[in-house]
Amino acid sequence: MDFEDSPQEAAFRMEVRAWLEENAPAFAFAPGEKLTDHEIVQRGCAWQKRMAEGGYAGILLPRHLGGRGGSIVEAVVFGEEAAQFDLPRGAYLNIGMGMALPVIGKHGTPEQIERFTGPTLRGELTWCQLFSEPAAGSDLAAVRTSAVRDGDDYIVNGQKVWSSWAHETDWGILIARTDPTVPKHKGLSFFVVDMKTPGIEVRPIRQISGASDFNETFLTDVRIPQSSRIGAEGDGWACAMTVLMGERLNQGGSRGDRGIARLIRLAAKTPRGEGTALDSSAVRLALAEAYAEEQGERWFQARLRTMVSRGDNPGALASMVKLAFANRLQRTSGLAMEVLGMAGVAPMDDDAVTQDIHEDYIWSTALRIAGGADEVLRNQIAERVLGMPGDMRADKGVPFNKL
Amino acid sequence: MLADQARGLLADRAGPDRLRALIDSGADWDEELWQELGNLGFLGAAIPEEFGGMGLSALHLGVICEELGRANAAVPFFSSSVLAAGAIALAGTAAQKAKWLPMLAAGGSVATFAYCEGPAGWSDRAVACRADGGALMGSKYPVADAGVASLAVVLAKQEQSLSLYLVELSGPRVTRRRLPGFDQLRPHYSLTFDGVDAEPMKALPATAAMERLFDLAAVQAAFEGVGGADACLAMALRYATDRQIFGRPLASFQAIKHRLADIAKDIELARSNAYYAGWAADNSEGELPASAASARLLAIGTFERAARENIQVHGGIGYTFEADCHFYYRRERTLATNLGTREYWADRLIAHLPGFDIAAGEHGL
Repeated sequence: MDFEDSPQEAAFRMEVRAWLEENAPAFAFAPGEKLTDHEIVQRGCAWQKRMAEGGYAGILLPRHLGGRGGSIVEAVVFGEEAAQFDLPRGAYLNIGMGMALPVIGKHGTPEQIERFTGPTLRGELTWCQLFSEPAAGSDLAAVRTSAVRDGDDYIVNGQKVWSSWAHETDWGILIARTDPTVPKHKGLSFFVVDMKTPGIEVRPIRQISGASDFNETFLTDVRIPQSSRIGAEGDGWACAMTVLMGERLNQGGSRGDRGIARLIRLAAKTPRGEGTALDSSAVRLALAEAYAEEQGERWFQARLRTMVSRGDNPGALASMVKLAFANRLQRTSGLAMEVLGMAGVAPMDDDAVTQDIHEDYIWSTALRIAGGADEVLRNQIAERVLGMPGDMRADKGVPFNKL
Repeated sequence: MLADQARGLLADRAGPDRLRALIDSGADWDEELWQELGNLGFLGAAIPEEFGGMGLSALHLGVICEELGRANAAVPFFSSSVLAAGAIALAGTAAQKAKWLPMLAAGGSVATFAYCEGPAGWSDRAVACRADGGALMGSKYPVADAGVASLAVVLAKQEQSLSLYLVELSGPRVTRRRLPGFDQLRPHYSLTFDGVDAEPMKALPATAAMERLFDLAAVQAAFEGVGGADACLAMALRYATDRQIFGRPLASFQAIKHRLADIAKDIELARSNAYYAGWAADNSEGELPASAASARLLAIGTFERAARENIQVHGGIGYTFEADCHFYYRRERTLATNLGTREYWADRLIAHLPGFDIAAGEHGL
């Protein structure tokens, strides 16, 4: 595998670095800057627009769709360099770029591609995801939201949940059941929907983090035109898989990866007895093992990146990174609070580091669930990497309305 | 290519029945396999070409070590080709290198590395062996593979300072005693020296040489551990797939699937660290200590879990001599304890974290 950039990659990195130094600071969040959700999305859209002007929006998106048509390696290089700045990169941008555009590009009509691609790339159109339901999370194909044909429209009824940023975004990607008389994976269709359509009600969920960037979304007799269906009726599961594989590759190290070296420095500055917390061999061992794991994730990603750049598909191997990262983040942010003792629970107002650690410890719980829960990922690794048998499914082959 | 060649030979000549026969006969090693490895040039893999070796990179040597770990081979490769040859290459004089490295590369001589003195290890305080006037007195234990070695690199004191010495083991002033070792396929000995000739290795001070040697060797031990862990995973997977229980394969239960998925993930991360450390050994000296420690910590932890869970997945059959799990369950403890335990590597990692100097104090978060 390759641990160093090739000459072309190195040249691209220098080009990106120079462009970011010129353009990124105006859009980066200042330390401790407090913005409303609306302001955050506005900042994100402005940054998206600037990336589009610079030719860096949609690096992986094919040229005929208005993207750069670049390689995964270029996307990774841009991501690594952009991570030097605290730039907007929430779901309000990622769902559009990482999910809506790939699925529209792959399954949509030329008219749909034309209509949605440009505005999304330029930050003029933002997206949320209307997938999960109260009774359909890891078992996503169990969605109950129905879409019933009525002339040229569908009438949609149901309840969605965990719709990130649905309260601030323009359009949603939606999975609904168009045929309940066939087995669950086969009766689904994929839609795009304007969030201002009558009958859509978005209620923020008060999360354990204190934030409310996830929502419940209620759909009551919502009219969606046929022209907003992506792909054929009944092809919704294939569309959703396009989206979710993208989601898995994006995960891992995307948020809250603040690094074990930082925790080691923190321990070295934390007074304990005559010296510091880092004098404790228990603390050193725990932090060293965490650092080793973090390095393992990093170099494993380098291997996956090499695999992809050689044209191989890492498949479910990519699930390993997210599984490892989410669990380590929870363990090590919890450890960091213990290193600080009581001050790890109640820091002084100006102690931003400890407050970040709190955020990591809370966020890690969501990360172990979102985008493939630990248990789903372990099943995928067992079945697709190790070739172990699939789980016994009580609903296999049974029409959805007979379950 | 190299991996296929090594794996093919080991699967043909050093399968589990061979390991059982070696244990039953109380053998010190698989001498025939050692000759075969010598014929293929593997014994000189890490030895520079000018001394008759292959001069392979650390990454390529790692490929061989991973396969030896996978086969749980009963050969003194780590003692002789990695540690002793590595010590001579680092700290030996030109004459010492010219004399010994070609012999080790050809496999005509086996060497070992004698550093510990019981549980106290190899710290300045622990070492009681003395080489005053070039005559070595004292005991070293445990020393891996000392039953078949004709040469040892020995850590001893002269006046107040630690040095490494070359000591030939065949004469009457050396007593070797096989210890009741936990790893039946890698025997450990005590060596007692009664005024035997000891030739100092002067090219590098002992402490610096030991640290560098252990960093390089830890990378290879990590590869060996990854190979062993991978063998455990393959074994558990094969058994769980074949074994029917409650009317379905054992492998169809999530309690088994999830356990093996975690181990598979751990192995990939550990292997990635080993690759990086191997790369750093050849390309980025400053990053070697922390990356070797990272490789070491993750590989040993992974092998530990894999060896334990492999027996668990097998159930009762895993507790029998006829099953193959026990070779790895025992070997893992050898890897976990040689070259220093977790604390040593945690300290080394933190002391050599890239871009971080604890002694310098403030670093800005």
